[in-house]
Amino acid sequence: MNLLETRQLKKYFGDTHAVDGVDFSVRQGEVLALIGANGAGKTTLVNVISGLLRPDGGTIRFQAVDVTHQSIHDRIKAGIARSFQLVNLFDQLTCLDNVALTVFAREGKTQRLMTLAERDRPVLDEALELLRQFGLEPKARMTAAGLAQGERKLLDVAVAYALRPRLLFLDEPTSGVSTREKAPIMDIITSIVRSGKVTAVIIEHDMDVVFTYSDRIVVMHEGKILADGTPEEIRRNEQVTTTLLGTSAPR
Amino acid sequence: MDTLVLQVLNSLFYASILFQIACGLTLIYGVMRIVNLAHGNLYALGAYVSGWVLGLLATPGTQPRMWFFVLLLAGAVAAAAAGAILEPTLLRPLYKRAEEYQLLITFGLLLILEDLMHMVWGPHPLTSSALPDLLGSSTILGATYPNYNILVIAIGFVAALGVWAFVYRTKFGVILRATSQNMRMAAALGVNVKRVYVQAFTLGCFLAGLGGAIIMPISGAVLGMGIEALILAFVVVVIGGLGSLEGALVGAIIVGFVRTLGIMYFAEIELAVLYLIATIVLLVRPAGLFGRA
Amino acid sequence: MRQKVLTYAAPIAVALAAVPFVLPPYQTILLSYGLIMAIAALGFNLLLGYTGLLSFGHSAYFGVGAYAAAFLVKYAGITSIEAFLLGGLIASALVSAIFGFICVRHTRIFFSILALALSQVLWSLALKLFWVTGGTDGLRVPTPTLLGGLVQTTGDKLVFLSRTYYYLVLVVFGISVAVMWLIVHSPFGKALQAIRDNETRAEFVGVEVRKYRWIAFLVSGVFTGLAGTLWVPLNGLTTPDVLYWPFSGEIVFLTVLGGFRTFSGPIVGAVAFNYLKSYAVGLTVYWQFLLGVVLVVLVLALPSGIVGTLSQLRGRLARSAWHEPA
Ligand SMILES: Nc1ncnc2c1ncn2[C@@H]1O[C@H](COP(=O)(O)OP(=O)(O)O)[C@@H](O)[C@H]1O
Ligand SMILES: [Mg+2]
Repeated sequence: MNLLETRQLKKYFGDTHAVDGVDFSVRQGEVLALIGANGAGKTTLVNVISGLLRPDGGTIRFQAVDVTHQSIHDRIKAGIARSFQLVNLFDQLTCLDNVALTVFAREGKTQRLMTLAERDRPVLDEALELLRQFGLEPKARMTAAGLAQGERKLLDVAVAYALRPRLLFLDEPTSGVSTREKAPIMDIITSIVRSGKVTAVIIEHDMDVVFTYSDRIVVMHEGKILADGTPEEIRRNEQVTTTLLGTSAPR
Repeated sequence: MDTLVLQVLNSLFYASILFQIACGLTLIYGVMRIVNLAHGNLYALGAYVSGWVLGLLATPGTQPRMWFFVLLLAGAVAAAAAGAILEPTLLRPLYKRAEEYQLLITFGLLLILEDLMHMVWGPHPLTSSALPDLLGSSTILGATYPNYNILVIAIGFVAALGVWAFVYRTKFGVILRATSQNMRMAAALGVNVKRVYVQAFTLGCFLAGLGGAIIMPISGAVLGMGIEALILAFVVVVIGGLGSLEGALVGAIIVGFVRTLGIMYFAEIELAVLYLIATIVLLVRPAGLFGRA
Repeated sequence: MRQKVLTYAAPIAVALAAVPFVLPPYQTILLSYGLIMAIAALGFNLLLGYTGLLSFGHSAYFGVGAYAAAFLVKYAGITSIEAFLLGGLIASALVSAIFGFICVRHTRIFFSILALALSQVLWSLALKLFWVTGGTDGLRVPTPTLLGGLVQTTGDKLVFLSRTYYYLVLVVFGISVAVMWLIVHSPFGKALQAIRDNETRAEFVGVEVRKYRWIAFLVSGVFTGLAGTLWVPLNGLTTPDVLYWPFSGEIVFLTVLGGFRTFSGPIVGAVAFNYLKSYAVGLTVYWQFLLGVVLVVLVLALPSGIVGTLSQLRGRLARSAWHEPA
């Protein structure tokens, strides 16, 4: 069954047709890679689906409900979460608070003015456990601003994952990280996502990274979907290789 | 009929002064993304300096002469000079810091300038009310109106045209607009951003000083005039859209007319009405009538 | 945390309680003013330090709190301090709910200007509607009754203000500090800090940013309003000056002086500012000038204020001691 479905989704910035009539669907339980060259429209697609941007046309259905015009808040409650390509954290809060806040928000506890956050053991334990899964436990008391880039990317994902979403968009979780660090980060993320049985869409523009980790690959090019298939099919698809070879694929 | 004409002229008179203040405020914001809370004090400085210069000449027995009007420019020049000193020394170190700090430092400047004028020129207003009489008055559609006030209106129009031509028709204007749209890109293209900033700031201060200088012969240079001007100029730019020159013009005209109406019909709550208008504009069109974003 | 309360709060509380026995009445009253401003600043800083919103219009809520008490006296003949406090709370909650609803539609400078504009509406009304508000003469507020007359409040006014009223202020101050401390350490307080740091991400973890800003504004206004109510009987009079923008400026100033990125900064700043002001006003007529210079120096050289700078110094000392060979 399709968890998410878009129909003829459009987002234009003046003459730039960033998302240009996209029919995109995500199946329950899969780890899907969304790839394409820089500027293909991947981030914009996620921005529209997650509610950051209003579409210029088309519809978005999540679990068979039309969410096209819902607020960000409602989409989060329905179970759509996302991370950000450029790290987007609460820089002056500690790592622990970054994740704990998310858990508080998920549980509706941020409406409490008169209880001490640090006395809420269940929330703190859950946040610490999440940090442990992401390998960030030693940094729990450091501010997010003080982390290294790779750790910040992981924390960004951890914050989104802490919402326990049904569908998780990860926008280039390894961008800005050295090539050597990429594989370990992707290992951590994909193993957590798979063991937590979360449906995930991972955006990458590096094809090599995704073949190993994804069940299915969707290729975007200039605002449109160019191809859709298993890693094997995509690897054999000549249209994809010629289009992407020109830009970012390895020799 | 003649009261109507008078009211319209009075409104335009207010609008002219308000435009000169608000235009500088909005220009500086447009280019530098800084709201200068001390802007009203530069307007006051223009009034005080021109009042002081004219006061030096007005020894008992001497009659004001026509060329005295030129001396009014001293106020505008003084405000411009102050701007050229303040931007590099106080504001430049803060561009990389959070916006709160920029607001705080211009607030500190406001407090300093307010008292500095008190220190230098004392508590009594400076004025040269004999000057406008030199020009006499005219009869327009049955209403008698001082020629000096008409001159002030004209100066407002000339200032508006001048600024427009400057920003949209000169090479410097192109650089100014480029910097305002994308400071980093402009810097990468070789624009000397520091210089653009100090020039824009100086120009803005010059306009405020000019407004102060030309209103001095009518309402004098008084303590507290800077704050009052700042608050009205805020209303103007909020209505027009912070950063928009057209907005400053339209906002100034709207506020000018509302003030005149206010003084006639609802003197008690004139300020309140102005703020309500600003609030409503911000609610309905958050970026003001002409603002972008 | 319990340890922190014992090592800091308890000795300070004891010292504050001893003040009327140690210091002359004038000094005690001066300190009352400082503690009252501290309550106002605590409220203000929930917005500036914790939510990232700089209000140039907090005089409005202080003024509403003050005028609420004055109206109770003038129009209802009530002089009970409990009624003042209740009335001040309700009035400032109402006004800050309405003004906040408008202001939080904007952020940054637009928020600041809107807050200023709305406060100036109240100021001009207080000034112009003199038959209601007394205009520039303001409204007088007599010595209030306490606990329905159970506590003796008649007699020497100086004694009342420097003893009974001081303790009342101290109690309200203590409660305010405790409540604010709870709020900023609650999950709600964390959400505000998250909004301050990154409003987009806060929205994307499910925090309804605008609503939370509005609640913060409301709480902030109520604290500042409460301070205004407490201030009136001490001052004996309220004039439109407490609604005027320079008063908002003072609240901003003292918070920055103390350090707005710390919890105790506004408290320290308020008390310090209160002394600075009372002496500077006595020494020079140019005290605004002095304030301006101090503010400029603070922003340029000590942006983290008194408390922030002290704790940085202490951190540096601790670190250098740590690295010292045994
Ligand atoms: N806010 C925006 N304003 C204008 N153009 C934008 C904006 N966001 C993205 N674009 C443009 O839309 C296109 C798609 O961008 P994006 O979705 O970021 O691509 P990708 O994530 O695949 O690299 C690009 O040409 C980009 O320049
Ligand atoms: Mg992208």
